[in-house]
Amino acid sequence: MSSILKKAAVVSIPNVRQALLRSNPVLASSLLAKRAYNSKNGVEMTVRDALNSALEEEMTADEKIYLLGEEVGQYNGAYKVSKGLLDKFGPKRVIDTPITESGFCGLAVGSAFAGLKPVCEFMTWNFAMQAIDQIVNSAAKTHYMSGGNVNCPITFRGPNGAAAGVAAQHSQCFAAWYGSVPGLKVVSPWNSEDAKGLLKAAIRDPNPVVVLENELMYGVSFPMSEAALSKDFVVEIGKAKIEKAGTDITIVAHSRSVGFALEAAMLLEKEGICSAEVINLRSIRPLDTETIINSVKKTNRLVTVEGGWPQYGVGSEICAQIMESEAFDHLDAPVVRVTGADVPTPYAQNLEAYAFPDTEVIARVIKRTMNKKIGA
Amino acid sequence: MLSTQKISLAKVAAKAFITPLTVRTFASSAARNVSINLHKGSFESYNCDAPALDVEISKEELVRMYKSMVTMRRMEMASDGLYKAKLIRGFCHLCTGQEAVAVGMETALTAEDKIITAYRCHGFTYMRGGSITSILAELLGRKAGISGGKGGSMHMFTPNFFGGNGIVGAQVPLGAGIAFAQKYLGHKAATFSLYGDGASNQGQVFEAYNMAKLWELPAVFVCENNRYGMGTAANRSSANTSYFKRGDYIPGLKVNGMDVLAVHQAVAYAKEWTVSGKGPLLLEMETYRYGGHSMSDPGTTYRTREEIQHMRSNNDPITGLKQRLLEFNIITEDEMKAIDKAARVEVDQAVEEAKASGEPDLSEFWTQIYQKDAGIPYVRGREPEEFHRY
Repeated sequence: MSSILKKAAVVSIPNVRQALLRSNPVLASSLLAKRAYNSKNGVEMTVRDALNSALEEEMTADEKIYLLGEEVGQYNGAYKVSKGLLDKFGPKRVIDTPITESGFCGLAVGSAFAGLKPVCEFMTWNFAMQAIDQIVNSAAKTHYMSGGNVNCPITFRGPNGAAAGVAAQHSQCFAAWYGSVPGLKVVSPWNSEDAKGLLKAAIRDPNPVVVLENELMYGVSFPMSEAALSKDFVVEIGKAKIEKAGTDITIVAHSRSVGFALEAAMLLEKEGICSAEVINLRSIRPLDTETIINSVKKTNRLVTVEGGWPQYGVGSEICAQIMESEAFDHLDAPVVRVTGADVPTPYAQNLEAYAFPDTEVIARVIKRTMNKKIGA
Repeated sequence: MLSTQKISLAKVAAKAFITPLTVRTFASSAARNVSINLHKGSFESYNCDAPALDVEISKEELVRMYKSMVTMRRMEMASDGLYKAKLIRGFCHLCTGQEAVAVGMETALTAEDKIITAYRCHGFTYMRGGSITSILAELLGRKAGISGGKGGSMHMFTPNFFGGNGIVGAQVPLGAGIAFAQKYLGHKAATFSLYGDGASNQGQVFEAYNMAKLWELPAVFVCENNRYGMGTAANRSSANTSYFKRGDYIPGLKVNGMDVLAVHQAVAYAKEWTVSGKGPLLLEMETYRYGGHSMSDPGTTYRTREEIQHMRSNNDPITGLKQRLLEFNIITEDEMKAIDKAARVEVDQAVEEAKASGEPDLSEFWTQIYQKDAGIPYVRGREPEEFHRY
């Protein structure tokens, strides 16, 4: 047995948050409140409210859009994302389903074939495994199989990935699975602007779109720009966003990992170790390879970060695409993936902490990658 | 069914050297058994006979039932407190109010019979042999937890209890599979697969019904109808709320699930039914949870406080059994108080033991992904230099 978790912990940065707070309280507190990454408009919104506004605005604009799922109506949403929608739009457009994912997902897809624009909520994406046949075989493939005769303008949404202490059956990240399916679009918002813009784009998109939200992000507030507050604000699906420009290394992340990547980048910049460029993927499929390649050409180093399992994951895909592209010739070090650990998620808090990446792991990997040079 | 009841009564009477008549009319301390008449509305049957309304049961068994329910409730209340103190994380689904189901089932079954349920599983884990300490330690995510701290509230198991399952409905075909194995291996035992009113509409439940009937599996499907699937009332989720009839070609029995003796009687009946080769049976336990769906749900946005209070005051399983124990002079008020106190002490002690248990060792992070010697040489952690070699 040669587990080296303890060894890794010893050489890691002891306490990222403490280091930040000691060095720059203002920066630290603003970082910790995740305020630093969007425009300084003054209006803040939680991810939950951003999703709620997206739903409300789109449903107001187009009567064909309806929401269905468990507890979305009378309960106001298991996580309160659909709060107030039943009161505003009524039971025809906000539908509480029985606990039958396979059935109600199929029903939603069928209604999309027939011209409606359903938003199908899964209480978590774990439960969508019961419905994955309908998502993949019915929604994703039908436009192709029908020679373009059948359309499926459906949006599937719900929280994805780890929460806190919900154990093995409730913590899986499905980005890689859905990301591999032709016919689907897959988005993974991080902050409130992402959430609002991507959900609106997904609902407007005539293709089936999978929206992978994150429960731990629902309650987090972010500033919203003037543009983001508008009824017509959409974030283009398939375009990543450079959240922080840098010169020495590229960090690509999606969803909650973006926040950790930014914290790690700030910390290392503060320590004078490197200037990291942080890319928020926003979309899993289509993957914005162009933005990643351009960044790698500039920085020559790449680290990917995700919450999902390592094998056959988002990071694996990015590595492969980089290898196959012109960016390969620009690499000064091998690409490294930071991922969830290759284990079913344990419940105990100390074990769960080793199952998902955080600022410390990312910073450690960045440091190590900065110290490598091919051919040196 | 009546004939079977008479036979067992005679057997018992013979053992005790007392005539059945004596047993029936003089429930004195001299007789070991009592005969208790269940309320007429305790059962409703579908394509089968209802069990007899007179229950023949020993005093010891009754006292054990009482003790079990009281302890179970204390355990769940302790869990409630620990969750609010943030010592339990994630999901926590309590069975407060539903104690009669787990307790009544256990007394009618043997260790050879198997049980499987969904996530409202702490009570069943206890009845199926899980110690209170190991259950609480599991909730706290500690080494002494019944799953080593790796499963949490929804994933508790004992050798004859298959959890503890987080995905609504999945446990039902699993249960049919356990019954399949029992038949395959020639065991004269049954598997009880529990699910709620919320899960009752899942397609896989009907798939399990079909195979169980087709292949005559010793499967008893038990719908714990507590009227709400999370926040959704039964009539808003189910086109047919007569859950005991939903098996269609499988006979069914509706049972007052707040009466531990009715549960006991129905489960004994169901076991006999399936083990004697009549195939599967469906039981619907009409029960009620005082708490919300889980600790994250106040439980009052979709039902009235009056309803909850009414159930507590008029249908509480523990109060109901208490009244019977006193009525039949089985134990005194003081003895009852002693049991209550002992249960409180036992649970308090278990809480301390659970708290004293440490977190699992980090080495446990890498174990039990597969069986030992699975031929998997290496597991990766969050980055290439976090890994484990076996």
